[in-house]
Amino acid sequence: MSKSFDLPLYPYARHADQDQDQDRPARHPVVIVGAGPVGLAAAIDLALHEVPVLVLDDNDRVSTGSRAICFSQRTLQILDRLGCGQAADMGVTWNTGRVFHGAGEVCGFTVLDEDSHKHPAFVNLQQYQLEHILVQRAQALAAQGGPLQIRGRNRVEAIGTHDDHVRLSVSTPEGDYEVHADWLLACDGANSPTRRMMGLDFVGRAFEDNFLIADVVMQADFPTERHFWFDPPFNPGQSAMLHRQPGDLWRIDLQLGRDIDPEVEKRPERVIPRLKAMLGPDKDFALEWVSIYKFQCRRMERFRSGRVIFAGDSAHQVSPFGARGANSGIQDADNLCWKLAAVVKGHAPEALLDSYEFERVYAADENILSATRETEFITPSTQASKLFRDAVLALAETQDFARPMVNSGRLSRPTSYDESTLTSPDADGLPDITRPGAPIPDAPVPGGWLLDQTGGDFCLLWVNGAPPPDLPQLALPLRVVHIDPVQAPLVAQRYLGDAARAAYLLRPDQHVAARWRAPETKPLIAALARALSQPEAAHV
Amino acid sequence: MSELILHRNLDDPDGVYADLVAAHDGLSKAESDALTARLVLILVNHIGSRDVLNAALQAANKAGTLE
Repeated sequence: MSKSFDLPLYPYARHADQDQDQDRPARHPVVIVGAGPVGLAAAIDLALHEVPVLVLDDNDRVSTGSRAICFSQRTLQILDRLGCGQAADMGVTWNTGRVFHGAGEVCGFTVLDEDSHKHPAFVNLQQYQLEHILVQRAQALAAQGGPLQIRGRNRVEAIGTHDDHVRLSVSTPEGDYEVHADWLLACDGANSPTRRMMGLDFVGRAFEDNFLIADVVMQADFPTERHFWFDPPFNPGQSAMLHRQPGDLWRIDLQLGRDIDPEVEKRPERVIPRLKAMLGPDKDFALEWVSIYKFQCRRMERFRSGRVIFAGDSAHQVSPFGARGANSGIQDADNLCWKLAAVVKGHAPEALLDSYEFERVYAADENILSATRETEFITPSTQASKLFRDAVLALAETQDFARPMVNSGRLSRPTSYDESTLTSPDADGLPDITRPGAPIPDAPVPGGWLLDQTGGDFCLLWVNGAPPPDLPQLALPLRVVHIDPVQAPLVAQRYLGDAARAAYLLRPDQHVAARWRAPETKPLIAALARALSQPEAAHV
Repeated sequence: MSELILHRNLDDPDGVYADLVAAHDGLSKAESDALTARLVLILVNHIGSRDVLNAALQAANKAGTLE
């Protein structure tokens, strides 16, 4: 199989911006630093909102191995909205996890999703495959005249921040040039050069244990399941994980402990015997990628600093066991881009961007809490913590009550923005899963799926609604979707509960802004204003 | 007489586990063991039944022998 990370997908090409008079550099509405999954998703989303966007990346190809592999249903829904739905088909769908202690199985879990969502709960796909899909989509949009450019081998060397713009000094194989941006999105990863150049904090907790992360190519008949071991015979006293990726590629994590030399342990003569102990002495395999990590859980205090906005790993970092890294980064982009588009187009005040920070800091804290707990269980940091961990594992072999405490990674769920200033007070008697702030659940509707009819714009979803009230001319497009609950019983279950009818105001990122059992024009207009942080929301 | 509860009985097992572990942060081994002993005595009093305690001891011992 050819590896897309060997190909320059967006090779360096000289651009007219580089020939601008030095005193009058080109100015762009939005510049994104970093063409990883988050930066590319943001670029596509902004271009779909017709906001011109320039992506600068110091490389000219997708990233190499051993990065994100597990993508959640919410991420697949976002990718589908962005025109990258094939990611779900290219990935490996799995729904069973098994946890072993010593030589025996202690518990398992299923993420089995009833056949009522367009996308599965999780798929495994190499990050470089996803990036390849995103680059192709971005380039296809550009070829159709979409306002999107990716400039390869354009490295941002310096940043100057001003009240209404950001100055960027960019180095290329043909020398330096300057560009100005009304808004800068820093999607440049956990070691974010943007964050460093701006001298901003990135604090949290570092864990001491080293993990060997290997991507191994092999023909194997292991089941398509997530297997996790505590203290297995092949890695005594430590943990291990095995997870399948597409194309005979397998992800293996081996905990190595604290006092090891990563440079030594990375060598094939050290790695291969460890893998043979796990996979069996006769198993043929090839190493695609090996690296050694220590995990961290940390975030920036603020995700926005004036005209610079941080998204993805540049803003927050978590340990990897729950699929919270790339997934939360893509959800950052999903949350941010409609807001930034509304601000750039003058449909909303800058204050709307404060809600990006509020909502995604809330999500990051949720993710960091889960990631910290699972990492503490997998690598207990104190003697007492290890004592309780080992007691849970021992009890879990015979006692069902202890099994929910076994924590080999709780898989991520999308955050519900329960406390957000963008949401309006809830109506009584409607289901909890569709409360204001929640990401909307998918459901089959005649001819397709509910989520395919929403997203990108605000949407008014009428479930068994009367004709909509008269709406005044709005600055923003508002899509109206009618669902007959008799023809869509799962929509009725998830959006009505026991109620006869309801109307939902959905945000462009497919979260609930407001809902009513009997909507009228005035509260609807007020909820829309509130969801855009418009000042008139204050006195309704 | 109530029976020892061995089915899943917690709404938030991860949160309860985290609280238990966090209570030992910064304690020496001796302090930590003493905390556990006091905690067990408090919980035994809360349970209020020697039979339930003995059933719990049996379940704990049984899990230990599988090590």
